[in-house]
Amino acid sequence: MTSLPETTQRKLGLVIDLDTCVGCHACVIACKGWNDAQYGAPLSDQEPYGANPTGTFLNRVHSYEITPPHGQAQLVHFPKSCLHCEDAPCVTVCPTGASYKRVEDGIVLVNEADCIGCGLCAWACPYGAREMDKAAGVMKKCTLCVDRIYNENLPPEDREPACVRTCPAGARHFGDLGDPDSDVSQLVAARGGFDLMPDLGTKPVNKYLPPRPKDQWQETDILAPFLDPIADTPQGFLGWLDRALERL
Amino acid sequence: MHPAPSVIIFTTFSGLGFGLLVFLGLGLPPVTGWVAFVFFVIAFALAVGGLLASTFHLGHPERALKAFRQWRSSWLSREGIAAVAALIVMGIVALLAVFFDSRIAALGWIGAALSLATVVTTAMIYTQLKSVPRWHQALTPLHLVSASLAGGALLAGQITSAQILLALAGLIQIAHWARGDRRFAEAGQSIASATGLSEAGRIRAFAPPHTGTNYLLREMVHVVGRKHAQRLRIIALGLGYALPLGLILVPGASHGLGGLAVLSHLLGMLASRWLFFAQAEHVVGLYYGARGERIGAC
Repeated sequence: MTSLPETTQRKLGLVIDLDTCVGCHACVIACKGWNDAQYGAPLSDQEPYGANPTGTFLNRVHSYEITPPHGQAQLVHFPKSCLHCEDAPCVTVCPTGASYKRVEDGIVLVNEADCIGCGLCAWACPYGAREMDKAAGVMKKCTLCVDRIYNENLPPEDREPACVRTCPAGARHFGDLGDPDSDVSQLVAARGGFDLMPDLGTKPVNKYLPPRPKDQWQETDILAPFLDPIADTPQGFLGWLDRALERL
Repeated sequence: MHPAPSVIIFTTFSGLGFGLLVFLGLGLPPVTGWVAFVFFVIAFALAVGGLLASTFHLGHPERALKAFRQWRSSWLSREGIAAVAALIVMGIVALLAVFFDSRIAALGWIGAALSLATVVTTAMIYTQLKSVPRWHQALTPLHLVSASLAGGALLAGQITSAQILLALAGLIQIAHWARGDRRFAEAGQSIASATGLSEAGRIRAFAPPHTGTNYLLREMVHVVGRKHAQRLRIIALGLGYALPLGLILVPGASHGLGGLAVLSHLLGMLASRWLFFAQAEHVVGLYYGARGERIGAC
């Protein structure tokens, strides 16, 4: 049923720290690696070694240049995957019931056996979180690694989404955002986590942490005045050498 | 949005077909026998042909029957149900009219209502999308329904209705364009709201997530041909509304002129529908720097 549940018991999701993300794209590769061989159809590539390579990804990292009113421009790397919205517009538009939001943990999933590949859910998503796989003809999206997080065949430390597990910068956090006492909720509260395009009313579960303001150049420059050149024109022996060389 | 031929053909032809079915259901004209046969064949060919075209863009057309299940939440599902119901009821109306020279008025009205409902549900599929501000406005269903009824009246040979409806639909078309041009700005989404980084400073898309292209860019950040938009609008308005209106205003208009009016209307509507998709901008483009240098401009 593609009607959304009134509430979900938990709100599993990601918290992405834009301050620490270094833009290495390891999460993109880990995501593709895991989801290529697990839940549903593989994530196909078209012309991977050709002139126009394209492919299906569930997680992509954008990069933005931020120029503050004062100070240096700053590069912010911006990983983006499904936000597992509480009011997910992608779910309600689905004509077949293939798209659904789980009552137990709030994960938005696609039952690929029911997907007719109409693409309307991808149109409805403002975030570009869904991509139609060209080879399989079904809609692919982040599963929050539903086949890892409950998987008792994996060691406990691996029972989190592949992107979170692999992130070398610790910029990705996974947990229950419906529980105000959870680590991720505390982190969001402490760092001022925010929603993407909140006005659209999708109520995303995933949160983003803003980049911290960078140190000012002036503040680190305490000793710099002592390093200024004392005289523009050399004096004494060096002055004589300078003039002598000029004359040559 | 990507102006896929399958959806342009679908919305144009089935819109016209269901528009004609509305008039045939109302008994305008009250045809029976062979004349009814010709009218219903045209209507069903347009409506069913359009619906079949719409399945061409599906990844798995063989699972299309599953799309009838989610009428509680999905406008696409409601459209499928309305279309099948309209075709069944109007099929019975057609059988009675063609082979038994009889008409049951109430059944015709139900068929007309279902045909109209089909066009409304099609329109709502686009109107519901907050992610595409140009479509997310009250004029979208008015535009698609008025265009469908004007075309239907034209095909049904209802000259007076067609005159009024063509003029009305043309005005709604202009209003839909004018309002649509402002919708993206009104929706208030920008690269700042998309990334949530507005407080940090001025934001510029520095690098996309990939070296090539992707499904999102192909499907939703399509920009080809927008530079001819104004010219195409004039063509759509001229061929779709003005010329057919002029042709049927000729006193004692013949079938030849009527046919020309229908052809002109069809070509104009194809141009209009192409613009409907090609000019619609999806907010996901903001993540890729669309409108980045033109914030505030339309």
